[in-house]
Amino acid sequence: MSFLDYFISALFLQAGYNSALVAVGAGLLGLAGGGAGAFIFLRKRALVSDAISHATLPGVGIAFMLMVALGGDGRWLPGLIIGSAISSGIGLLMVEWITRQTRLTEDAAIGAVLSVFFGLGIVLLTIIQTMSSGRQAGLENFLLGSTAGMLISEATTIAIAGALATAFVFMLRRPMTLVAFDPEYAATTGINVRHIDLAMMGLALIVTVIGLKIVGLILIVALLIIPPVTARFWTNQVGPMIGIAAAIGGLAGYIGAVFSAAAASLPTGPIIVLVAFGFFVFSALFSPLRGGLASALRHWRFQRRVHRRQGLLALARREPIYDGFTLRILHQSGMIRPDGVATLRGKAASQKAAHDEARWAMARRILPDDSAIERYDGLTPIEDMMTQDQIDEIDRVIAEQTGAPA
Amino acid sequence: MIDNLITALGAEFVQLSLTPIVIGILGAVACALPGNFLLLRRQALIGDAISHVVLPGIVVAFLVTGTITAVPMMIGAGCAAIVAVIVIELVKRLGRVEPGAAMGLVFTTLFAAGVLLLEITDTSSVHIDVQHALLGNLESLIWFDAEGWQSLLDPAALATLPPQLPRLAVVLLGIVLFITLFWKELKISTFDAAFAEAIGIRTRALGFALVVATAIAAVAAFDAVGSIIVIAMFVCPPAAARLMTNQLGRQIGWSVVFAVISAVLGYVFAGYGLGWFGSPYAVSAAGMIATISGIILLLACLFGPQRKRTGQRAEA
Repeated sequence: MSFLDYFISALFLQAGYNSALVAVGAGLLGLAGGGAGAFIFLRKRALVSDAISHATLPGVGIAFMLMVALGGDGRWLPGLIIGSAISSGIGLLMVEWITRQTRLTEDAAIGAVLSVFFGLGIVLLTIIQTMSSGRQAGLENFLLGSTAGMLISEATTIAIAGALATAFVFMLRRPMTLVAFDPEYAATTGINVRHIDLAMMGLALIVTVIGLKIVGLILIVALLIIPPVTARFWTNQVGPMIGIAAAIGGLAGYIGAVFSAAAASLPTGPIIVLVAFGFFVFSALFSPLRGGLASALRHWRFQRRVHRRQGLLALARREPIYDGFTLRILHQSGMIRPDGVATLRGKAASQKAAHDEARWAMARRILPDDSAIERYDGLTPIEDMMTQDQIDEIDRVIAEQTGAPA
Repeated sequence: MIDNLITALGAEFVQLSLTPIVIGILGAVACALPGNFLLLRRQALIGDAISHVVLPGIVVAFLVTGTITAVPMMIGAGCAAIVAVIVIELVKRLGRVEPGAAMGLVFTTLFAAGVLLLEITDTSSVHIDVQHALLGNLESLIWFDAEGWQSLLDPAALATLPPQLPRLAVVLLGIVLFITLFWKELKISTFDAAFAEAIGIRTRALGFALVVATAIAAVAAFDAVGSIIVIAMFVCPPAAARLMTNQLGRQIGWSVVFAVISAVLGYVFAGYGLGWFGSPYAVSAAGMIATISGIILLLACLFGPQRKRTGQRAEA
């Protein structure tokens, strides 16, 4: 079977029970990660999850040693997950404690906790490597994630835990939205902001420990950060943003897992992260709201309108036009002939532009406080921004001053 | 007692432990120095970001040149760090994304790209792998030709020092020079950027220079000691020092002291710690140095004389 065939069959869950389960698990994990990450992103605490993820490592090591000491082979996934949850919980509390109790800022606390816990974890891993009992092989997969050779029981554990985390995000979405969006207001409605913050971080912790095996502890933080940043390009509203973030995370997890199932030698974590980043790049370029292409287009249109307007005003004043871009635009829209002389349409349009300009100038004098004056961009026809009554009034004043009928 | 000490610090020590300890100290101090300014500017995590993006730089440098010699590696890593800083700015500005999230997005993606590049290209024969990138190889930087302390005066033996040592020494010297030359400007722009701007200091250029110095320190140390120490040394010694004093000069002094203690104790515990429990094995020196720096920070958090914010009532 070629890579593509395998990819397609895995995409539709036809490539065996195990890889289907892994793909569903990774998808659920991404769903929960994107959802939980959205709240954390809105609360501007994205990098706390970096500390949480690195703080899992000593827990994995200690859990392994404990399980070996109790006579097991040390690789039982639920046990490792519980160990990592405890140690990253301690790491999270350390970040909180340092930030509250000392004058160090949160970023310093995050950096300190992530590096020290990670260092300690590495020390424990090197001790484990010297242990004769236990099967330590595969522990280093927790660094970068791997789904190759994953047991059915492990895949099931991850899928179930991912579903639970997703449900948890869904249940807490209302209070978390309030707190993320407006903590002061949330407090007045009787929500305990601190508890909700802790729940939010708890969710990040759950996503992290479930994701350890698939994405690995160094990269799991990407699943909490990239989807919300990406979702932000598509909407200005909190509700839809959380939904979009969850969807992007879910898709990234699913597609990434499928991809790495088709190419077993590739580590799963990096692929999932790069798929998520692909969504980000696409959004950053093509989102109609804030995407680069859309704003470039807006800028280009605006520039054309400015040149067209200035060109028409110059025609009306019978001034020569030298700017090549202006000449080209006027010619393209049929306002001037190739030799630069105004066409009939051009004459009409230029008179209208001059008339509009005169009306705006007068409007600024007699209606200086009107909101339309403040919003005026120098280009929009006055009919689009003021009422007919106002325009009649402006025309009347102009007629009075020039002595000509309006 | 003295005899024991002399044996412990004898020829074997010079050959096996002296150079790793010195390299560890040089790396720790080179990172801790710029770390002080990053900490005060609330950019402590720049070191974290840079040490992650060094990996793709090294891999790309290897793919381009086909060698693992130090110079292209360091150029690659340095370029990657600068690219990352620029991309973070881009994401921040164009996407109007909060700085922390922008940083997280960029460094995880670049790290992922680096890992993937490592896996899909055949670099397994070469000794750049993820483990090495994270842990460095401090333990293996031994001085083969050393025969004792007298080798320190022997040019032939000195020529066989691990190349990381002189390289890190040069980098450290450069950083010390940078900080001394721009001391006033760095100090003013760190504490009051608006005032610095007003008296004609180019704060943006200076900020960028600081990040470049950070990147150079990170890259030089990374090669020798791995990324964990780099991250830990950027943050922990300066953070602990910040809790000791209110004065920038003294803070930098404390951070150097803490960095040196971390490096020495960390290396000694890693090499001999398990031996005291009767095990013949050693543990990761990089991990141990990071751990010690964390313990120092914890002690400073508990007992540091300036651990509270000004105006906050000290608890009885």
